[in-house]
Formats: sequence, C-alpha cells, structure tokens
Amino acid sequence: MRHFLLICCVFFSHYLYAAQPTVVTSSVLSVQSSERLQKLTQNKLKQSLKVLQAIPSAEHKQLLPLYQALIKGQLYFIKSSGQLIKVVKTGNIKSYSEIFSAKVLEPQAKKAIKKVRVNNKIRVYLRQLLAKQALSAADPKARLLALRAVLKDLSPQSVLSITELRLAEKNIEVQQMMDVIIDIERARNAPLKLDKIAAIDRLGESLEPQVRTELVQIQANSSAPKVLKALEKALLSIDESRQFFGYLDQLFFGLSLGSVLLLAAIGLAITFGMMGVINMAHGEMIMLGAYTTYVVQLLMPNFIEYSLWVAVPLAFVVAGSVGILIERCVIRFLHGRPLETLLATFGISLILQQLVRSIFSPLNRQVESPQWMSGSWEINPIFSLTLNRLYILAFALLVFFALLFILKKTSLGLNVRAVSQNRAMAKALGIRTDRVDAMTFGLGSGIAGIAGVALSQLTNVGPNLGQAYIIDSFMVVVFGGVGNLFGTLVAAFSLGIANKILEPMTGAVLASIFVLVFIILFIQKRPKGLFPQKGRAAE
Amino acid sequence: MISFSNFLQARSSVSSASNGAVLPFVILLFIATLSCALGNLLFDADSLFYVSTYTITLLGKYLCYALLALAVDIIWGYCGILSLGHGAFFALGGYAMGMYLMRQIGDRGVYGNPELPDFMVFLDWQQLPWYWQGFDQFWFAMVMVALVPGLLAFVFGWLAFRSRVTGVYLSIITQALTYALLLAFFRNEMGFGGNNGLTDFKDILGYSLQADSTRVALLITTAIAVALVLVVSQLILKSRMGKVIIAIRDTEARARFLGYRTDRYKVWLFVYSAVIAGIAGALYVPQVGIINPGEFAPLNSIEIVVWVAIGGRGTLVGAIVGALLVNYAKTRFTAIMPEVWLFALGGLFVLVTLFLPKGLAGLASDLKHKFIARNTKNQQVQN
Repeated sequence: MRHFLLICCVFFSHYLYAAQPTVVTSSVLSVQSSERLQKLTQNKLKQSLKVLQAIPSAEHKQLLPLYQALIKGQLYFIKSSGQLIKVVKTGNIKSYSEIFSAKVLEPQAKKAIKKVRVNNKIRVYLRQLLAKQALSAADPKARLLALRAVLKDLSPQSVLSITELRLAEKNIEVQQMMDVIIDIERARNAPLKLDKIAAIDRLGESLEPQVRTELVQIQANSSAPKVLKALEKALLSIDESRQFFGYLDQLFFGLSLGSVLLLAAIGLAITFGMMGVINMAHGEMIMLGAYTTYVVQLLMPNFIEYSLWVAVPLAFVVAGSVGILIERCVIRFLHGRPLETLLATFGISLILQQLVRSIFSPLNRQVESPQWMSGSWEINPIFSLTLNRLYILAFALLVFFALLFILKKTSLGLNVRAVSQNRAMAKALGIRTDRVDAMTFGLGSGIAGIAGVALSQLTNVGPNLGQAYIIDSFMVVVFGGVGNLFGTLVAAFSLGIANKILEPMTGAVLASIFVLVFIILFIQKRPKGLFPQKGRAAE
Repeated sequence: MISFSNFLQARSSVSSASNGAVLPFVILLFIATLSCALGNLLFDADSLFYVSTYTITLLGKYLCYALLALAVDIIWGYCGILSLGHGAFFALGGYAMGMYLMRQIGDRGVYGNPELPDFMVFLDWQQLPWYWQGFDQFWFAMVMVALVPGLLAFVFGWLAFRSRVTGVYLSIITQALTYALLLAFFRNEMGFGGNNGLTDFKDILGYSLQADSTRVALLITTAIAVALVLVVSQLILKSRMGKVIIAIRDTEARARFLGYRTDRYKVWLFVYSAVIAGIAGALYVPQVGIINPGEFAPLNSIEIVVWVAIGGRGTLVGAIVGALLVNYAKTRFTAIMPEVWLFALGGLFVLVTLFLPKGLAGLASDLKHKFIARNTKNQQVQN
C-alpha cells in the first residue's frame, strides 16, 4: 500500500512538473534537444560528446545541473523509461532526485538504473562550457571568480571569448580583471614588440599572483632586449608593491596582537596601575568573561548571531562582581602590602581555575563565532583583513576610550583618581574611599571580563586561558608606565607590532623571548616605564 | 602608591625570631635521615622498621624543595627581594646535572650512539653542540651547576639592583625571566631535549640510579647539603654583612645614605641564593629521574614562595618546615582527591597572607611569647 502511494506521488509530481511552464525541461528546451539528451542513454562515449556539442548555446543555462551531474559522475538514467536522474552517494546512503527540479525520487533498484558514461574529453569540454557560462553570470562576484579560474588555465580561445565579453562588461573590477587576461595574452603572443611591451607595462600594476608567474614564464621564453627590460621593470614593480602589502599585512597582524594585549592589559592598568593592587587573578577575570560567553551560547543556541551582544554586558557584570567580592573579602585587608597582595590574589587565581575546571571540565570549550564576524575583507588579491581581528581591534579601541571617558569625565572617575593620588587627602575631603576601592576594582575586573568575550573569539576557552595572558598583561602595563592609560595603549601596540615584525625573522617563540628580554632590559633602564607619572602623584 | 619601605618597617620585627633553632634542627635532620637510611638498608621489606625506597626518594625530593625554599627565604625573608623566578635557577642546576647524567648513558640509549644523546640522534644532529662539551666529567658538571645559575643571577641582579628596580617590579621581571627561559627550553633547536627534557638516566659516578644504596646516598647527600647551607647562611646572616642585609630590607634608602653600597650586597646575596637553588636542582634531578622545561613554569616559582610564606619568612628553619609540610600535604592530597589540591593550595595562600603574615614560625614564637607572658603573670600573682 505504502509503495503504491509513493509511486502515485512520483507520478503526480511528474504530472505537475510537466504542467508547470516555469519549470525547465519540456517548456524551454527545444524538442530536438530533449530528444538529443535521450541519446545520452545509449551510452556511447563518442556520440555523447557530439550530442553535447550540438546543443545550442541558448540552452546551456538550463542544462547546467545536468552538466554538473555529468562531470561528477552522478548522472544516471532509468532503464525502463529512459528518464535521466541524479544519484548522490553520501557514505552508504544513495539519494535519488530529478535532474532539473531537484525533486526527491523514490529509491530505485540497483538494476533498474544505469550510469551515463563520461570520459575526460567530455569532462574537459563541459568544464570549459561551465566556465564560459559563469563568465556571463549575473553576479559580478561570480564573474570575477570565473575569470580567476580562467586566469589559471589560459588558452587563446578563452581569451578570445573574454575579449568579446569585455566590450559589454559594465563592472569596473571585472573589466580590470579582463584587461589583465587580455594583456597576458598580448604579452605572450602579440606580433608587434611595441604591443608586447605596452601590455607588460600594464601588467606591472596588477597584483594577481598568477600575473607574476606568467611574466616569469614569458621572461624565460623571450629574447628581445627591450621586452626583457620591460619585463624586468614590471616584475620589479610587482615585487615592490607585494613587499609593501606584505609590510601592511605584518602591521595589521601586529595591530591585532596589540589589540589583544591592550584588551588583556587594560583592566590591569586600572587595578594594578591606578590602585597599586598586584592582581594575579586578573587572568582569571578574563577567563570568567570567556566562560560567560560560552554559557550564554549554551543558553541561546539558536541566536548565536546575537550572543555576543548579551555576553559583553553579562561578562562585565559577572567578572565585575567577582572582583568586588575579592576586593571586599581579601584585598582591602592588605592595603600597602603589595607582595602579600600578590600572594593572596595568586591563591584566588588558583581557586578560580580549579572551580572552572570542576564545573566545566578541564577540556577546552568551543565558543562559536557569529556569522558576521567570520570572513575577510579583501582589499586586493594579495592583501585581505580578517573580519574578526578587525572587529576586535575596533572593540579594543572602543573599550579603551570608553574607559578613558569614565575616568576623565564622570564623578566615579574623579574619585578613583583622587584616591589613587592621595588616599588620606581624599578621605579627608569626604570621599568614601572604601566604596571607591571596591568600585574601581570591580571596574577593572569587569573590563577584564569584557576582554574575555573578545578573546573567546580568537583562542580556545579553557581553565588556563587567563594564565596565558597574565605575564603579558603585566609586561604591557609596566612597559607603558604604571598609572598611565595612554602608556598602556602605546605599549600594547608597540609590543604587538614588534613581535610580529620579529616573527618572520626568528620564529614565534624566539620573537616572544626577545620581546620579554627587551622589556626586562628596558625596565632596568627606565624602571617607571615609557611614560612615568610626574609630580606628586608619582610617589 | 604607598611606599614599600613603610610596609617593611612595620614588619621588621619578624627577623630574628627563631634563629636559635638551627642547631637542634640540624641534629633532628640527621637523626631522621640516618634512621630512614638504616631502615631501608638493614631491614627486610616485611619488617616493621623497613623504610621503602619510594619513601627514601620522596624524602630526598622534599629535602631538595627545602633547600630551594631556603634559597628563596634568604633573599625574600632577609633582604626583601621577592623573586618569582627562582624555579629558573633550580631548573638550570637541574639541567646541568641532567646533561652529565645524559652523557653517562653512553651507548646504552635507544639508538646506541656513544657520543650523542638519543634526542639529538632523533633530530639528526651530527655532532655534540659546544655547550655539551665537558659534561661527561662530573667535576665540570658540578662547577656548571653552581656557575650557570650564579652567572645568570649576577648579570640579572647587577642590572636590576644597580638601576634600583625594587619591590613589585622586580618580582614581575623575575617572573618574565623564568617565562622566557620556559619558552626557550621548549624549543628543540636549543639542544636540551625540547618538550621532553632529559630523562632515562642510567647511573651517576658509576653507581646505578635504581639501586637502593644510591638512593640512600643521594638522600644523605641532600640532607648534608641542607645542613651545610643552613649553617653557612646562619653564619652569613649573623655576620656584619647579614646586619647590613637586614638593614637593606627594612629601609634601603637609609642604609644607602649611611654609605653602604646596597646594590652590591643585594647582588651577592642574590647570586648566593641562586647557587643554592642550582644545587637543589642538581640534587633533585637524579632522584626524580627527569628534568623538563615544566620546571621553569612561573607557577612552580610562585609555589616556592608559598612554602616560605607558610613556614615563616625571615626564619631559616621556618622555610624548611614550610616546604616539607606543604609538599607532604601535596603528595597526600593529590593522591586522595586531586581536584581538591588546587583549592587547598589557593586557600592556603589567602589564609596565610591574611591571618598568618609571619607564617608558622611566627605563630610558634607568638605562642611562646604568650606562654611566657602568662607564666610571669601567674608568678606575679602567686608572689
């Protein structure tokens, strides 16, 4: 009974399919073509190619799914009816579908269907056809992609068709790409040397990686001194701009590392820099922020896109309140005893780590990136910026300036600065120093929590996340000058960039060792950092 | 920032609390070590007095830690230099010893190369790097055990103390130092076995490391080292130099104005302490059987500070007691309920700093003072 119903369904769908004018086959394809396609089922390779070649170009667009299936060897036909179908194997499961409408068909017995045979000749022919088809796609990005594919495998025919298409092309980027291809052809085979040289000169401005390899090849094949000279010039200019973009790339990665350092250190710049509390549990505040992101994503698995918007304020609250708790319970009893504070906060950091390990397991947790943060911004073929790093750079600066605003323009900030400069005097003037201490520490910890949200997008979230950043954070704060937020900014970015500039020369590990040693030596020379505090506040 | 010296001034009374305990402690140490040694060597495994080889090794390890704690206590408790990188000196001493033990393996390694250690054969190195030369001689390795940490401490201390880097800044850059070394030793290209470190040792001075007698000998050597360092340090700290050192801890500026070259005192004390840490590392490696870059981890260095803080800084015996107690607790805890250990360690940090700023030794002397005070009071009442 069930079987019967299924068959009915199939028939019914066929009926619908034939009746609808929008659906491809019978309506748009000429009767001839349909008949021709039936010939594919005869399964003679030589004939198949002829059949395909005979299809008029107007119908290629409709036949694309068939071509693709044929290339992949997924095209079958039902022996009894001669109907062409697509069979996709995933693992052991085979799924059967209509070629043109992608409608799912009932499973067929193995003997009832047969594969349409293909050979390499047919595949090559079809691939070229598909590439050409893509060249006239409506979306300029698709056209650009197709052109890149053509660029990798240039033939005089494809250049010819591109020269035709170039006349009708409207999009500037696609135009440029086409020009590059045409120029390559000219540089290779132009009969006049002047033409060749002009083409080579123009190619010197292109950054497509393929252009360079082409030029090198042409250089190997040509002997005319003027052409060689032009080639040399073009290659030089390409190499120069490549080097330039290479530096830009390094700079970007340096800035990105700097933004991570800034985020990690900025909370510490408050707790350590302004309050003088050696907060070894700072890294764990970052970790708490990262785990908050993880929990938020667990709670709203269907809204990953928005999870960060929830996670940022929540991480601030979570890490901030833990910070306030620590300040009230431990740190306030240790005022003016920096080394003791160091030990106590280190103990707290161990407890927090173990707590997270007991609750969430010692394994790293996966935090997902929202769609809008993945991908990259391509500026030219050899220079692109990854979006998540770009966003985090912007976010770090945003947090920094927000913090600067709080410290300089709000009453809380005024109180914080007053207490950090002269506690006794501030108290005498009626500032509730205890409250201010708790708020300041909460602020610093909360910002560390926010940093954790950002870092969860770049690295693994695990119980040791914080430890990885604690030494770096202290280095940044000390290097920039304790109690100086701008110093922290400058230090973070200069250390980040220095690290990335060293990296290609020495390797990542040696680079960070060099930076550490540099800071150690620097502190010997200028114990108060890059921008020491001046005046009475310094003591 | 509230000045660091104020804090020290307030705490200057900690110093010579229980210095008289050194001699009794040394005697106690020797009695304990000798009885363990005899228990291991003379009695059968099923005897009541038998001490297992495992225990002997464990005790030896603890005593190495005690030596390390002494090294930290000497500079932190008596000179106010909180080093968060003493694990680095310990590990360097350990590596020097490890290199000697590595060369002693000879052609008994997996690859059977008489000259090169296994990991170098694995990395396809053709010859021994220059800094491995000479380590087949025991005396040379022993010189290096003291020289390498000492030299590093001298350069580092000379740079730091001359430019008057003190307090927290110094702590943080010592931490950076050990972190940098950690990263460096993880690299295979350094030629120290990379991630795996040096291990698979066979024998020392021709005696098998697996033999009970070697283990006992190592324990006794360690105990003698602890006793020697204890006595020598006591002499140094009681001397004129020691007085200056304590003065530097209490108010460095005043000591400087009185005409003492405080930086020189600090450098030499720092070097002395680093050499002790190196010796501790060298004694540690043959007993534990491995040295790897993990010893450079900043966490290890901070743990040493905790031992000292718990035992009582500024008292030599206190540091040793702290190291022994905390490590015994660690062994027990990590065996019974491993996840609780970090909670306990973290809690200890917080509680000791909040409630026991002078450590156990301080607590003991406080109790003693109270007891004496009450006795005299009682006597007065009786009179």
